Amino acid sequence: MTRISRLFKEKGKDILSVYFSSGYPTVDSAPRIIKALSDAGVDMIEIGIPFSDPLADGPVIQRSNSIALKNGISQKLLFEQIKDIRKVTDIPLVLMGYINCAMQFGFENLCKKAVEIGIDGIILPDLPVDEYNAEYRPIVEKYGLDFIHLITPETSDERIRKIDEASSGFVYMVSSAGTTGAQNSFGQSKQDYFKRIKAMNLKNPTLVGFGVSNHETFRAAADNSCGAIVGSQFIKELDANPTIEDAVNSLIKKIKG
Amino acid sequence: MKNYEVSKDGYYGEFGGSYIPEILHKVVYDLQEQYEAIMNSKDFKEEFHALLKDYVGRPSPLYYASRLSEKYGCKIYLKREDLNHTGAHKINNSLGQILLAKRMGKTRIICETGAGQHGVATATACALMNLPCVVYMGATDVERQKPNVERMKMLGATVVPVQSGNKTLKDACNEAIRDWCCNPRDTFYIIGSTMGPHPYPEMVARMQSVISEEIKWQIKEKEGRDYPDYLMACIGGGSNAAGTIYHYKGDERVNIVLAEAGGLGVETGETAASLNIGTVGILHGSKMYVMQTEDGQIIEPYSISAGLDYPGVGPMHCQMFKDGRSKVLPITDQEALDAAFELTKLEGIIPALESAHALALLPRMKDKFKKDDVVVLTVSGRGDKDMQTYLKHIKN
Repeated sequence: MTRISRLFKEKGKDILSVYFSSGYPTVDSAPRIIKALSDAGVDMIEIGIPFSDPLADGPVIQRSNSIALKNGISQKLLFEQIKDIRKVTDIPLVLMGYINCAMQFGFENLCKKAVEIGIDGIILPDLPVDEYNAEYRPIVEKYGLDFIHLITPETSDERIRKIDEASSGFVYMVSSAGTTGAQNSFGQSKQDYFKRIKAMNLKNPTLVGFGVSNHETFRAAADNSCGAIVGSQFIKELDANPTIEDAVNSLIKKIKG
Repeated sequence: MKNYEVSKDGYYGEFGGSYIPEILHKVVYDLQEQYEAIMNSKDFKEEFHALLKDYVGRPSPLYYASRLSEKYGCKIYLKREDLNHTGAHKINNSLGQILLAKRMGKTRIICETGAGQHGVATATACALMNLPCVVYMGATDVERQKPNVERMKMLGATVVPVQSGNKTLKDACNEAIRDWCCNPRDTFYIIGSTMGPHPYPEMVARMQSVISEEIKWQIKEKEGRDYPDYLMACIGGGSNAAGTIYHYKGDERVNIVLAEAGGLGVETGETAASLNIGTVGILHGSKMYVMQTEDGQIIEPYSISAGLDYPGVGPMHCQMFKDGRSKVLPITDQEALDAAFELTKLEGIIPALESAHALALLPRMKDKFKKDDVVVLTVSGRGDKDMQTYLKHIKN
């Protein structure tokens, strides 16, 4: 059983997964951020691989990506920085980036490297399920990684079944039509959508992401799924606090309420 | 593949596809399923052709440029897309897509623009059809293409200056796609070039194919045969080039020579010559040649021409270039400027900077031309929007 599956089996609810952009705020921040998040009791970490043109991201993560790239981060450098990360933490670690970077690094090479380091899964929001099944899935399965696909309020039930079938670890439930970034609350229509997915009894557990920024949105998400993913809000905390550890503490306080 | 037709899942050989965030799957899929049937319907064809004729002013003339012909030692015909309403070929596509948008029940239009020609064309189509229009335009381009920004505003569009990246066409595309992610139900994204997720590259090429459809009968009238020896056009994303060659893709008698933006020269790195220096990657939903680093980061392009200042090229052109079906030469800023001044002086036509790149192919190809060779070169747009740049260089 993978670390991700074990987490969902053992804890199963109120799971908090946090995203950060590697190379931000400084080029070598990634190992320290992972350690701080893990020490603070976060359940899972999404290690962002910055891309120059992040289509699915709102202004906050666009900016952290762009600064990280100016700082000189690359996939090669990131893997070098986190090669001993399993000495520091045992919680699930997931890579999140865009298909073009993975393709240039070499998709198989990426999977191989991930397994060597002890990474558990991969998320590529601009790799649709059909392309994944046709070309990438055999490689992912060969290396025994989890691959997490996204579903959205626009995704039909039939397609959700297909995505669920192609996913392992968990399914990433995008809260609303939009890009990443804060929303003050999740209104009735979003909660209805969360409930609709819950009632489908997917084979994978789900986490809600996009717009989770405070206790209220975390609760609305976690009450209808296994938990939530926070990204932009953590980047904002990194900007607002003097140290990485302070940023982590401030985030946890806001989310857990 | 010989005719470079798109496959069912949106590929031209190894290029194309539909690499989009899941939120856009439904809207893109709906378009994939419906666009052909709508475009083939009698009702669409009638409305589209009537607009092209009476509103755009088509057919655009195929003009025999005698002084230019004399200089280059062959028969040069200019396909005058610059004479279209709004001043470029872009209007063909914007009108076609807005008719599609209306038939699909969409109530809001967004688009990206580089030089502003596609923005003006789309703002025009929106005024005509009474639909709200938001144009994303890189802040750098807003500065260098001011007259077009004023035109879009006068036409009632909201122009959003995009501040990310180099603030040019690529960044405008990113922002338009993000808007679409936020408004997938009511919004139709009118992409201006043969790029983006399937079916856009083929759909835009078809909207522009009226250019080669006309070339076919026009050249027959003038030369007694329905094909030229050479077709020439400039290429950024690839829409006027696609329109120019569409009916000749599989016709080996016709040499296809295209001009991409060399900027200060491909060796300087200050360039937008994506076919000549790009590698296979995925940008804006499509697999194509992209200017990028080894790590997969997109390299900011550079060209004097805002309309060619893009780090990728549409997938159909990528496959044709790879197969050697089209020859693509990088043209520098200076060559383009020289060609613009030459056309102005010899023929009294001030071309757009983009089209000037195509004209700069003539001196490059001069040694190859035979006296009876028939060359059709598309002047994709007029130079009004570039007067600031031309005036700056005329003094030197």
